[in-house]
Amino acid sequence: MGEFKVHRVRFFDYMPTAIRAMAFNAHTERLALARMDGSVEIFNFTDHYFQEKVIPGKDSRSIESLCWVGGRLFSAGLNGEIAEYDLENLRPKYSLEAYGGPIWTIISNTQGTQLAIGCEDGTVKLFEVLEEHIQFERNLDRQKGRIISLSWHPSGTHIAAGMMDMIRVFDVPTGHAVQRLLVDRGFGGSKSRETVVWSVAFLSDHTVVSGDSAGKVQVWDGHTGTLVKTHLVTKWDVLALSVSKDESSVVAGTSEGTVIQFQFIAPTLHQQQDKEWVRTRTFKNHTHDVRALAEIETAIVSGGMDTHLVVRPLLEKFDEKSHASGLRKIHFPHVIANNINLSCAKKAGLLLFQFPGQLELWRLGDSDEHGKPGDRLPLKRKPEKLLLLKRKGEDHICCSALSSCGGWLAYSTVSSVRIYRLQTDNNNISITKVSKLPKALHSAHQLCFSSDSSKMFAASSQSSVLVIALTQSECKYVHTLKPKSGSRQPIHLMTTSGDGKWLAAANSDCEIHVYNLQKLKLHCIVPVYGSCPSAMGIHPTTNNMTVVHADQQVNTMPSPHIKQYTDWSRKLQKQGLHNVWLDRDTPVTHVTFNSKNPNQVVLHDMHMFCIIDQSLPLPDQKTQFYNQMTLRSLSEQERPSHLHAFKICKTFQDLLCVSLLDDQSLVVVERPLLAITSQLPAPVRQKKFAT
Amino acid sequence: MVEHAEIRMVHRGGSKINFREPVITNDSRFLLCAAGESVNVYSTSTEEYVHDLQGHTGLVTGVVLNPSNHLQVYSCSADGTVRLWDFTDAILIKTFIIGYPIYSIYVSEKHGGVVFLVVPMANYKSSELFQLVAVHLPHSGDQEVEARELSAVLCDVSPHAGAASFGREGEYIAAVRGLQLEVFFFKKQKSYRFSLKSGKKKGAKNAFTCISCHPKEDCIATGHEDGKIRMWRNFNQKKEYTYSTLHWHHGAVNTLCFTPEGTNLLSGGIESVLVHWHYTQENQKDFLPRLGAAITHIAVSPDGSLFSTSHSDNKITIIQSCVKVSAVIQGLVKGDGVWTNLIIDPRSKALVLNGKPGHLQFYSLHRDKQLYNLDIVQQEYIHEEGLDQFEVVKAAFDARGDWLATVEERRKKGAELEINLKLWAYDELTQSFVLNTTVTAPHEDQITAMFFSPSPETTMLVTTSLDGHFKAWLLADHSDANEGFWACDFVGGYHLLKPGCCSFSADGSLLSVGFQEVVTVWSPASWELLTTLSQPPGAIRDLCFGRLSCSKYLLGASTKNQLCCWNLLTCSLEWSTPMDVSLLQTDPLSENMAAFCSQSGSSDLFVFKPSEPRPLYSQKALCTGKVQHAVFAPRDQMLESCEERTQWLNRSQLYFFTQHMDLLTFSTKTEEDRLLASSKQLMVDDSVAVTPFYLLLGKHRGQQLEKQEALTNPMAERTQLPQGSIAIKELLHTPAHVLPSASFLCAMFVRSLLISSSSAREEKEHEEGEMEREEEDSEGEADPRLGESAAWGPPEEFGAPALTKAQERELRKVKTFDHSWLSSLLDC
Repeated sequence: MGEFKVHRVRFFDYMPTAIRAMAFNAHTERLALARMDGSVEIFNFTDHYFQEKVIPGKDSRSIESLCWVGGRLFSAGLNGEIAEYDLENLRPKYSLEAYGGPIWTIISNTQGTQLAIGCEDGTVKLFEVLEEHIQFERNLDRQKGRIISLSWHPSGTHIAAGMMDMIRVFDVPTGHAVQRLLVDRGFGGSKSRETVVWSVAFLSDHTVVSGDSAGKVQVWDGHTGTLVKTHLVTKWDVLALSVSKDESSVVAGTSEGTVIQFQFIAPTLHQQQDKEWVRTRTFKNHTHDVRALAEIETAIVSGGMDTHLVVRPLLEKFDEKSHASGLRKIHFPHVIANNINLSCAKKAGLLLFQFPGQLELWRLGDSDEHGKPGDRLPLKRKPEKLLLLKRKGEDHICCSALSSCGGWLAYSTVSSVRIYRLQTDNNNISITKVSKLPKALHSAHQLCFSSDSSKMFAASSQSSVLVIALTQSECKYVHTLKPKSGSRQPIHLMTTSGDGKWLAAANSDCEIHVYNLQKLKLHCIVPVYGSCPSAMGIHPTTNNMTVVHADQQVNTMPSPHIKQYTDWSRKLQKQGLHNVWLDRDTPVTHVTFNSKNPNQVVLHDMHMFCIIDQSLPLPDQKTQFYNQMTLRSLSEQERPSHLHAFKICKTFQDLLCVSLLDDQSLVVVERPLLAITSQLPAPVRQKKFAT
Repeated sequence: MVEHAEIRMVHRGGSKINFREPVITNDSRFLLCAAGESVNVYSTSTEEYVHDLQGHTGLVTGVVLNPSNHLQVYSCSADGTVRLWDFTDAILIKTFIIGYPIYSIYVSEKHGGVVFLVVPMANYKSSELFQLVAVHLPHSGDQEVEARELSAVLCDVSPHAGAASFGREGEYIAAVRGLQLEVFFFKKQKSYRFSLKSGKKKGAKNAFTCISCHPKEDCIATGHEDGKIRMWRNFNQKKEYTYSTLHWHHGAVNTLCFTPEGTNLLSGGIESVLVHWHYTQENQKDFLPRLGAAITHIAVSPDGSLFSTSHSDNKITIIQSCVKVSAVIQGLVKGDGVWTNLIIDPRSKALVLNGKPGHLQFYSLHRDKQLYNLDIVQQEYIHEEGLDQFEVVKAAFDARGDWLATVEERRKKGAELEINLKLWAYDELTQSFVLNTTVTAPHEDQITAMFFSPSPETTMLVTTSLDGHFKAWLLADHSDANEGFWACDFVGGYHLLKPGCCSFSADGSLLSVGFQEVVTVWSPASWELLTTLSQPPGAIRDLCFGRLSCSKYLLGASTKNQLCCWNLLTCSLEWSTPMDVSLLQTDPLSENMAAFCSQSGSSDLFVFKPSEPRPLYSQKALCTGKVQHAVFAPRDQMLESCEERTQWLNRSQLYFFTQHMDLLTFSTKTEEDRLLASSKQLMVDDSVAVTPFYLLLGKHRGQQLEKQEALTNPMAERTQLPQGSIAIKELLHTPAHVLPSASFLCAMFVRSLLISSSSAREEKEHEEGEMEREEEDSEGEADPRLGESAAWGPPEEFGAPALTKAQERELRKVKTFDHSWLSSLLDC
């Protein structure tokens, strides 16, 4: 597969933040996920759990709870505000002070006409959902103590509220509390501590299920207010509950990192009466608190303090073992956009790392030595942090870019875009902010420089792209490129061709628009493929365009402006990709090219990088896919017969970026999961046998 | 072996009672368990052995209560038969011949007349594949019935008991094997299979070990190798089945059992803790710890009041009301191995050998009962595999049984050997051994042999060790202290050779020590090396002095297949014969010697006198494998057999352990006859289980009680209900199989409860004294009827003999009564 000098970069100490809340929209099959830093991520569950959108966080915003109403997403947090999100512009649409102190939870009724929030001051406030806004309607009876959790009865007439030491059931039309369910405290030392009812679920047969800080999952009769059954599940807290759609199963997430399933099962097989809630399976995929849970049709989705999102498919819902029935762990908020986290200035050997609060510019190390494959070369010059640029304002950075010459740097938040001029001579670096920016450039979802650094492209609202001309002294608005389709979805990928003629932009509607930069107009739309593109690139010399989709399909086009696939790509589609390739569970995040060999495309996902050599035969289903080790053991004569187009290297793990520099050296940016785990707070103490 | 027909090899006690799950009878009075080739019946309240059900000719592999008659049990055996017993009277009712070796048996109330057996797959006779078959037991009057109609239910099942279980009301049967659970529904004739991943990658061992079905709900509990218990539900669906996991055991779950109401689940494993799981609240569990050894089976009485746990040390514990150990039935403990030889305690005549880990057990051969355990190591035993712990490796008694010497050692890989020599004095007061002296590291290497000097004057102990020395230990007398302690008296060696064995002559005047090829003879009085004898090649393995008339001979068995006999007077080899002697044993009461030879995989026995060239008795192919342990146990009563072949068994009996740890002995015909005569049919009373002890005392006391009651409460006699009458009692106690059909008896029974009109009239007229006579009458009335029904003669016979007055009245009564019961009888 060729020999490369590899820069193994491990100094990017990016730390994802903990998952706080989750809401699943069964209608659109989108999962909204809120993290501790106030960012919201949207995953598309129909498209291989692809992370479509990220709404960047804000310092003052904290999200305690998320809620879908139709296609609208609401959040509430301890800052006491309710916010609705603009999913097309990836920013909060508006936020509303609820005047009830910190808000612990927000829910909507099944009809989608009302929202209810639980406040610190003991009130449950109802809001009416209007076309473009929400409006305060009334308070239910005020209680002593905070309202931690809420659950609306499917009929909409009752609300169950989890509080300290008790659960209240409210009659919604009158606003009065009709039931008071007292929750026992824990045993022993925790007797003096109040029990927090972290989560309640109101089922359609008026059963209330509660999970509390004493480690109990309790089943109550909501009509009579009596306790039906107590399951002592853990010594610690039960933090989250989720009910399946058919109400035959409830899952509970605990502080121990376990997810425990309860099923509504009849004691005997043939008569289906007298069902009861029985504890069945236990899943342990987390090391820390499970703060957010969602039971969807075929899987249990959980997330928590240990920052990763786990999709645990329920195997009984699958007919056969397939790609979808495997366990998924999503460790990083996908670094989907080609350079959301790092920009690799190819000529200058600079790396730009993006954190929510700052940018870091690094220069790669250098070495003159040569060695055998696998050797570590001594460094002549150590990697060096050149620059640390803190953002201004409260909003987190949503995208950034570094021009390939290393002379320009740009970043954008929800509210502003900043462009800097970088000058490096030997060891001195100077940075100057470009002061006058065109008015049209107020925020961008994606930033990109042209290969000659003369233009900058900023993805703006409604899939439009602003073209900014950069000169030494100023930057000037040139044009707005608009798609014809009228799609309102944000652009998440942009790439330019090496000759500066073409710009390709992909949006969440799976469309890829190709613009002619000389004529400054839309040239064509690449044939729409059913899965969202996760990475794309245009070859710097041949203009060969390669697009990789979330379902792992690889398509190539001879040139962006030709609306058809290459022969190789057709052959690949005809023969189909190898199952091993299709079964990988992380999407390809970068596509780069070997400028020396037009046949080679370098792709990578989190666990491997792959060089596709289009001159070699395609593997069929019977050939061994990962064959690098076998090849090494074969003699020179036998080797060619075993070669196939996909050459995969798994030496580097937890990859964030693989890129080829102009001097044929490979930059590999790793972020070891172990390093992330070691930075997490200590998990709850558990007595393990024989310790 | 026609010529030795009068000498038979028999299992005499010590059989495994923990082999299969025991059965507790419906009234919780008896516990039945498979023990070797018979089924033993024990009393649950007194833990006493009541009797056994003998008849099987192979290992009994399962005992279950007959679901349609709770006074009967089925037992199955490797001999290919299922037998139906009346266990209260130990009567074999029926034998069903299946024709295949049977490995376990399952029955269900719903499947009357059908037993489910695990037999080897017919076409894979040699391989280890088993199937579960249903066998319809034919109705037939014969004692022996062939039942060859087998219908396979499940293929490829595990032969272990506890690997299958009937579900709620017998609707389905669930079986586990390896990583697979299979549930077969009888109604739908459909089976569902669920398999687990081996889980080896994640460090789990998911293989199933046992199963139990909830009696009232559709829930299956399975035990697993890594100590988990899974509760399966919804298992009539291919996909939507579900299970929850309980985990407490750290080792494999050996056995699981639901209580009859299904409120509790009991589990046990190597931890020797009985765990009660509350069925609905899985987090709550109770423990009954310190049960002594790993639990292998759990059984619950049908009313749920008694639990019994079988343990790996051949013990059955009976537990009352979940918390209290009420009785312990202890068999001969067969641990991981016997390192001490078999020894006879001269005082109690008990067999002494390794028992529980770190203990010596005293086992009465005559009563087939463990007398007691002596803790030698006196350290906590940790129930975990793979630990090196102290083990008793040698033990010896002196001639009178006053002293016991034990050697314990702990082998650690890569570390030094730890050896302790302990000497125990017999304490008359406590009737047990008390530790007198502990010698840590008596030798630098393993001790190979240890004997007390048999001479009555001195108490001397000799130990030989691989460190090249033998040491003599003497009881040092201290005038100031009333108790002496043991100290080393002499250390001997011979050319730095390693001594392997030693032996004292019968009077203790000579000690011979075998130093590899050389036998040295020492005088213990002066520690002078008297002579050396040698017959190379081959190291000496066993040494024995002759006894009584043959005391001038010394016998040695060498590793190179030679048995040599030296004459000590001439110091020359008297004779030698090529034999691969694995064990040489002398009878302490006669000149006889027994030599076990291993030849081509099996063992031969020769009994001979050193002075005579011809063996007294020889038996080829005694058993498979090497015999490692044997002992002559003196008889408590001498036999008077003058036949030459059996003479050697007159004074003592030879016991030996086979490779599979079966305790075998030889018995003669006369002995068996005597045994048979002594075991006469015992009367059964319904209040207390019949044990020999009860027969001695209980009956006597019962009579006394009756008398007292009669004195204090004369009214009791009069208000006696008809149920109490002897006739009915007898009717209820006659074995069911000799009674006529129930429909016939029913009418009669009901009649006996009625007060006839005539007697009612009389009752009014007569005084109370008359009533007694009336009752006697009614008894008299029942008697001939019973006799008649048993003989099943025609009713016309009634009138034939000359009638007494009472009978005349009786006859009149009969005539006035409705005879429809009779006609109905004749109809059918």
